[in-house]
Amino acid sequence: MKRKFLALCAATAALMVGATAAQSATTLETVKARGKLICGVSLSTPGFAAADDKGRMQGFDADICRSIAAAVFGDPEKVDFVLTNINTRFQALQSGEIDVLSRQTTATFSRETSLGIDFGPTVFYDGQGLLVPKSLGVASAKELTDAAICTLPGTTTSQNLTDFFRTVGGKFELVVFESPDENRAAFYSGRCEAISSDRSDLASIRAVANNPDDYVLLPETISKEPLAPAVRQNDSNWRDIVSWSVYMLMAAEEKGITQANVDEMAKSEDPEIQRMLGGADELGKMLGLDNKWGYNIVKSVGNYAEVFDRNLGEKTKLGMTRGPNTQWNAGGLLYAPPVR
Amino acid sequence: MLFLNDTRFRAVFYQFIAISLVLLAAWAMYATASANLAKQDIATGFDFLSRQAGIAISESSIAYGPTDTVARAILVGLINTIKVSFLAALFGTIIGVLVGIGRMSTNPLLSRLMLAYVEVLRNVPLLLYLFLWYFLIILVFPPVRQAIQLFPGFFLSNSGLAMPALEWQSGFCLTLAALVLGIAAALVVRAVSQRRRIQSGKANAGWIAALVLLVLPVLAVWASGAVSLSWSAPEAGRFRLTGGLQIRPEFVALLVGLMLNLSASVAEIVRAGIQAVSKGQWEAAQALGLPRSRTLRLVVLPQALRVIIPPLTNTYLTVFKNSSLAIAIGYPDLVMVSNTIMNQTGQAMETITIFMGIYLGLSVAISLFMNWYNARVALKAR
Repeated sequence: MKRKFLALCAATAALMVGATAAQSATTLETVKARGKLICGVSLSTPGFAAADDKGRMQGFDADICRSIAAAVFGDPEKVDFVLTNINTRFQALQSGEIDVLSRQTTATFSRETSLGIDFGPTVFYDGQGLLVPKSLGVASAKELTDAAICTLPGTTTSQNLTDFFRTVGGKFELVVFESPDENRAAFYSGRCEAISSDRSDLASIRAVANNPDDYVLLPETISKEPLAPAVRQNDSNWRDIVSWSVYMLMAAEEKGITQANVDEMAKSEDPEIQRMLGGADELGKMLGLDNKWGYNIVKSVGNYAEVFDRNLGEKTKLGMTRGPNTQWNAGGLLYAPPVR
Repeated sequence: MLFLNDTRFRAVFYQFIAISLVLLAAWAMYATASANLAKQDIATGFDFLSRQAGIAISESSIAYGPTDTVARAILVGLINTIKVSFLAALFGTIIGVLVGIGRMSTNPLLSRLMLAYVEVLRNVPLLLYLFLWYFLIILVFPPVRQAIQLFPGFFLSNSGLAMPALEWQSGFCLTLAALVLGIAAALVVRAVSQRRRIQSGKANAGWIAALVLLVLPVLAVWASGAVSLSWSAPEAGRFRLTGGLQIRPEFVALLVGLMLNLSASVAEIVRAGIQAVSKGQWEAAQALGLPRSRTLRLVVLPQALRVIIPPLTNTYLTVFKNSSLAIAIGYPDLVMVSNTIMNQTGQAMETITIFMGIYLGLSVAISLFMNWYNARVALKAR
């Protein structure tokens, strides 16, 4: 009996030691050993991440994942997409289930400081807005006091609304739905006067309505929503790889490098283009990657403008304009640090 | 070893070992989790409970605003959960008993109808019914700006039912205390008169005295002028009706869904309980000249209760736990509020621990109450 007890104690102790001893390899080593990047994206959000009719993941967030895979492996298809729920996305990243979270996630102070994660550069400057039926005759969000507003749960959305109406000095009724479908249906049926989400999301809600012209997006942007990819904290090298994969997309647009002309551009005399595409210096080695990492990114997914236009641009169903997501020298907010 | 052969010692010793192992495992899990969280720089602890919640909750039985604490927001969610589960259990049981009895009716139309009711409700997942009821409400009724006026002051729309309400200005606690006093006094009088009736074999007017005692304290409080009420009627604002009592469609859909689902289970339990009472009991009552309805009420049901209570406990626990499906149709119950908080603070472990603890605690409380009631109605050794 006593021996059995001791054996059990020993087994429990061994389990504890085993559980704490994991996680010593860096993310890059893990990803390379696995031969694939695992990227967390959202559940079916057309334009950002949604499988097409052939089952291929399409969208802006998905292309960010592909550019990282291209940087690491030289092959944009070496990526597995994991659909993450809005409530468990950070846990999926913390636990190591995914290597990077690329999922319309707003970078905020409390998320960065208390969740054990780091955000990369902002890939999309968004802001929360409100969509209302035209028949309501509302011109400003400030008029919406006492109205019912539909939202999705567990995001910064409900807090922003609460803050907004506290500053305006009015009350409102918050109706929260777990699923985007119920949320939309309740809004179309008139249960709520308005629906609130990121403006990019509202564009797609309006696009799928029976008659999109019956709805109008109010002018106010009630919050800043810089959407950024996130990685686990304390892995500086991996964060650099994710950040510079994003910056490479922006820098390529700035320098006029496109998927089509990247081979010609590689012969360019411009020293910065030489460094970006691996013709000069050994920037790739500094990241622990192949020296052609920048070339591989642009060759496989194109530059920022191409990624945006393909997934969200005016020719797509979402029909979004670039807005603040334009290059700094054209009055926008995209500003990649120099590649040197 | 000598003392190991002592059965009394051994019983205690084994229990001790079992409990220590469970505690050790729990401690190991806790230690590993907190070590890992610390290593990943994830905030831990329950400090966030006293922070400002910063979220609006559309339905609250207690005073609540976004500036209140996280702990209070969780309490609001908990009260919402209890409110909807309690009402669903109450109405579901009443409907279920009626359906269960109807199921055994000799009228084929009634019994088949009840059979259909039970089968239709029991064999489709509750979640689908919740969607059905909710979409029926929001799609069938007009938007609030074209609300149907049922009576003056009563408005029906897809934002729910708005009706005039009495608002307590003062004296609410006093009235409540008077009501409790009245109920207690009435119960005592009823017990005394019942004992007398059994002893003397004669009917007495005890129930009248009980009724008087029930309402007297409340009337006394009201007559004293300590209570003031004000009338609040819904008024049309720019977008919706404000003021009065608002019953929201999310609450109604959840209540109806849980209630009907529970009533189907209760109906089957009641039927099984009644059929478990032997045929001889029916025949004996008939031989004494009791009509069918009194046979059921006085002879069969009291015996059936003994069979009914244990499975009934189970269905009450189910309805309580199923109320967490509220999240699908936007009713702010405990889980929904906790989820929002979890996302804002990022402290998933702590929040899940809290709401699992609450569910566990309340489920155990329901079980204990039902066990107590079961012991009361159980067959006494005579």
